[in-house]
Amino acid sequence: MNELLLDYLPVVIFIAVSAIIAGALMLAPFLIAVKNPDSEKVSAYECGFAAFDDARMKFDVRFYLVAILFIIFDLEVAFLFPWAVAFKEVGALGFWSVMVFLAVLTIGFIYEWRKGALEWD
Amino acid sequence: MVAAAFFYLFASVTVAAAFMVIASKNPVHAVLFLILAFVNSAGLFVLLGAEFLAMILIVVYVGAVAVLFLFVVMMLDVDFAELRAGFLRYLPFGGLIGIIMLIELILVLGAWTIAPGVVDVVATPAPTAADVTNTEALGRVLYTKYVYFFEAAGMILLTAMVGAIVLTLRHKEGVKRQDIGEQVARNPETSIEIKQVESGKGI
Amino acid sequence: MVEFWTTYGLPTAIIVAQSAAMLVSLLLIVAYLLYADRKIWAAVQLRRGPNVVGPWGLLQSFADMLKFVFKEVVIPSGANKGVFLLAPLVSTVLALSAWAVIPVNAGWVVADLNVGILYVFAISSLEVYGVIMGGWASNSKYPFLGALRSAAQMVSYEVSIGFVIITVLLCVGSLNLTDIVLAQKGEWGLLNWFWLPLFPMFVIFFISALAETNRPPFDLPEAESELVAGFMVEYSSTPYMLFMLGEYVAITLMCALMTILFLGGWLPPVDVAPFNWVPGIVWFLLKVFLLFFMFAMVKAIVPRYRYDQLMRLGWKVFLPLSLFMVVAVASVLYAFDLAP
Repeated sequence: MNELLLDYLPVVIFIAVSAIIAGALMLAPFLIAVKNPDSEKVSAYECGFAAFDDARMKFDVRFYLVAILFIIFDLEVAFLFPWAVAFKEVGALGFWSVMVFLAVLTIGFIYEWRKGALEWD
Repeated sequence: MVAAAFFYLFASVTVAAAFMVIASKNPVHAVLFLILAFVNSAGLFVLLGAEFLAMILIVVYVGAVAVLFLFVVMMLDVDFAELRAGFLRYLPFGGLIGIIMLIELILVLGAWTIAPGVVDVVATPAPTAADVTNTEALGRVLYTKYVYFFEAAGMILLTAMVGAIVLTLRHKEGVKRQDIGEQVARNPETSIEIKQVESGKGI
Repeated sequence: MVEFWTTYGLPTAIIVAQSAAMLVSLLLIVAYLLYADRKIWAAVQLRRGPNVVGPWGLLQSFADMLKFVFKEVVIPSGANKGVFLLAPLVSTVLALSAWAVIPVNAGWVVADLNVGILYVFAISSLEVYGVIMGGWASNSKYPFLGALRSAAQMVSYEVSIGFVIITVLLCVGSLNLTDIVLAQKGEWGLLNWFWLPLFPMFVIFFISALAETNRPPFDLPEAESELVAGFMVEYSSTPYMLFMLGEYVAITLMCALMTILFLGGWLPPVDVAPFNWVPGIVWFLLKVFLLFFMFAMVKAIVPRYRYDQLMRLGWKVFLPLSLFMVVAVASVLYAFDLAP
């Protein structure tokens, strides 16, 4: 097994140990606590009366727009990580290529702003 | 040996999860299985030594794309019983498309040839992690040698941004917005009026 | 058999012991941070805070945990049972697992990954799942609205956090968290740390961290006066506790990350005799506690934001500012040839 993978073995074990701790906490009340549900207790929380309809409903398309814009900016950040690490090695060409890349996306950002996509109403 | 064991674990979970994506009845469960498949593919990337790609796969696909998918299937309120009712009606047409796709895939695979140079490239050992890290190796070529592809990616992102706004942005009428500049610019002269009220009379 | 033990068994056992030690001490610290949070909040409001269980109420968190364990788990009849119970597990396990790469002292780290900061960034971008899954699976109106708000809020501030991390990486040239700390080492002590040259980024990161962990003044997903308890309304017993635990572990993680990125990790503030005798872990913890104290004070002092103000701050102030700072930092490094 090479060195890189040896670095990752502790991560897997660490996640497993934390899952065991969280799982044990989760399981504990099922084993020792009372279990005594009735129809009122297990009904959805509302302001004192039974729910009228299903809680899952259509909502504003704005939330999807936020999610899509987030994907785009997240990708932009992802593109910048190798640049930040190899900043010295890539020299002038690397610097200016990223500046052009950021300029292109800034145009998109300005468009977004002018269109009012960042307004929340 | 341990690496091989992990490979079989990740690979089998990926395949099983990918199967469950199309097999599960509840679309939310399907997206959750998709996330499981992504995470296991990231594990496979790590086993190949591509740690940067593994992390980016999680950041972009699981952290961003799958969130959008989950948003859509959880909250779009699609009536899946109704969708499934049309299943038989669309079966012949869908089946035809499926068969055409299958034939095309077979044709592609049958005509597939490996370029002569590839064998040599695969045979050369990858640079070890000790000299230069995965991320840095990627950074050295991405912004210099592959600069056109990089800028093209920027253009695609711009198109995606504009497209998303054109498709989804709808302004509601009669919404009162907060204008901070206007609020700050207010002063006593423009906002207060002092009136002398005679006694016994209203304004 | 003996050979198998020495090549595989023993290293694995050591890693398990390290992980368990790290997690147990982390959970103990989080228990006392919870207590400190309540005490600070109480002190600002001229109350006493928890003071009954143990001397000065020091055992309050443990009493709370015991009480949670003995409570009934109520699962709403309309809920999707599997996802409902998976959500708190996901949020806690994710928050805990990011700690695998956090160096608390020189060489004191469970897994010294080359891409450490990216790992933490990836994990923190997944934390939104616990909230969405919990809110959806409850099949109730308040949790649904809370989850919706929370998801949009967390992704909005994630972007600024990404850009802030990029500016720090530009000054370091490595994704390894230990390298990031060591890059801040210098003869000027605390003036060498990145909080000074990158001060605006430090502020943006601090405020984004508040929003990312749903802390007041950005606690809209669980705004009591509007949504009762947001996505946690239907939860009880330890599933509820796991959400709270995950939230506080994530807050501590953000404090630790700020310590590493901006406050020089385990480095002493002044590198002279009495200060550099103190072990690095003490400095690390002191810095984490200082940042947590600021988190607690913000909770006690600042009023809650309105949702449109929150989105405005994230997309129209922090995003352009951090984007501009990436360009500015890169230009300065390039123009004066300061890049490492």
